[in-house]
Amino acid sequence: MLEVRDLSMRFGGLLAVDQVSLDVGEREIVSIIGPNGAGKTTVFNCISGFYRPSGGTITFKGRPIQGKPDYKISRMGMVRTFQHVRLFSRMTVVENLLVAQHRHLNTNLFAGLIKTPDYRKREEKSLERAAYWLERVGLMEMANRDAGNLAYGQQRRLEIARCMVTEPEVLMLDEPAAGLNPNETRELNELIVSLKEDYCVSVLLIEHDMSLVMGISDRINVINQGRPLACGTPEEIRTNDDVIKAYLGEE
Amino acid sequence: MHDVMYFLQQLINGLTVGSAYALIAIGYTMVYGIIGMINFAHGEIYMIGAYVSLIVITGLAVTSPAWIPLVLLVALICAIIVSSSMGWAVERIAYRPVRGQHRLIPLISAIGMSIFLQNYVHLAQGSRNIGFPLLIEGGISLGGSGGGFQANLSYMQLTIFIVTLVCMTGLSLFISRSKTGRACRAVSQDLKMSSLLGIDTNRIIAATFVIGAALAAVAGLLLGMYYGSIDPLFGFIAGLKAFTAAVLGGIGSIPGAMLGGLVLGVAESFTSGYLSGEYKDVVSFGLLILILLFRPTGLLGKPEVEKI
Repeated sequence: MLEVRDLSMRFGGLLAVDQVSLDVGEREIVSIIGPNGAGKTTVFNCISGFYRPSGGTITFKGRPIQGKPDYKISRMGMVRTFQHVRLFSRMTVVENLLVAQHRHLNTNLFAGLIKTPDYRKREEKSLERAAYWLERVGLMEMANRDAGNLAYGQQRRLEIARCMVTEPEVLMLDEPAAGLNPNETRELNELIVSLKEDYCVSVLLIEHDMSLVMGISDRINVINQGRPLACGTPEEIRTNDDVIKAYLGEE
Repeated sequence: MHDVMYFLQQLINGLTVGSAYALIAIGYTMVYGIIGMINFAHGEIYMIGAYVSLIVITGLAVTSPAWIPLVLLVALICAIIVSSSMGWAVERIAYRPVRGQHRLIPLISAIGMSIFLQNYVHLAQGSRNIGFPLLIEGGISLGGSGGGFQANLSYMQLTIFIVTLVCMTGLSLFISRSKTGRACRAVSQDLKMSSLLGIDTNRIIAATFVIGAALAAVAGLLLGMYYGSIDPLFGFIAGLKAFTAAVLGGIGSIPGAMLGGLVLGVAESFTSGYLSGEYKDVVSFGLLILILLFRPTGLLGKPEVEKI
């Protein structure tokens, strides 16, 4: 589904990402872990079209996407979240979900002005989809509140719902558990697994919460100082000497 | 009685000019709200709207003395089309290539565009001012039949109120209800995130320029006819005034631009009515300075509170 080969990103003299490769297959949860400043988010930014990578190739569904504008990548079916919550805080919860489906609606202005039957049907459908996901993440009662007034955990869930209404094939989550309490983290855990099991979505995950990563990942990529350190199943990573060294230091 | 009537007259005059200011101010405020730049060429778009409508009106009047509302409608539509394309082109040529650079760069590009458009009209239409025929004549007298001063609401003023009201309502509905309006709000809150969710932000930004320019064209026709003459510098002062109105109401806020326009118009008209016409600009720009000193976010603008 998603193939990253020898990805490099240079900022002036700093090589932030050096020859990183990773694969995300269909219905797979792949995690990227590594110490702070290892370049995990930079990898995300390259894949999602935020940065133009200095080297390497990124292939999504068989087509090269490196250097493409971010909205085209997201339209191809790959969306992301950020470390900090980035909702449209002065719009209501349901509006946040509707605006994310902008591209699914007929963008023809005249169709919108005279409300053609086709347009109405699409509009209804996008509202249904929004309602479905609000129900799914337990935010139905909050539908008409401003997104900025939700509790932090709810905002996190709304962000995932907002990604899901775009009907992605790959979902990229940047530290989704940051700032959540253990209870919320467990709910998030279940939600992510259900995205994979029930909605056939592949997930690429950056996370520091090891219990979450080890529990749900099919494969884990470890990055250290911009370079790939190890790649394997949670069990392989847990026992990998290099990884233990990078995290705990040498004995 | 005399005093009340005089007051009423100033109020009517002020609200007339103010609502036209508001129409122009919306263009400033929408563009600022979405990409954080001041489009200093906006006054010129308004001036071009006035010129185009005058050209169409003159043309139609010469070839066939037609029904006046029809003439006005045709002129309005032509002005909107030309100004909107101009607004679109200005964004495409002068702003998009420098977007994302240091914020002074688009600003200077805008000033350059403004000078270019002004001089283009100088060349094409001459620099003398041209009379604008008043096609909507007559009015309603608002005082009793007794002697003394009578307030007068001309049909031209009434037209300005009604057209402005229609435009404002249309815009509010568009922003709050339509898909594109919703996308506009999203882009103005977080451009990058909107883009990541698959919204073509370039299109939305172009749309705000087009909408702002269309409203400015409407104002150009209305104020051109109201003042009775236009020249290539017609947009300069009006642009500054509308910018002041946008800042007064809180730049980035559409209701703010509407309110700011009305407040500014009324303040000006009371100054000319009770003090002297000469002080009109002193008062409006003095108001701008006071607002910037004591309430930099404007009347309806909300200060950005960052959650820590």
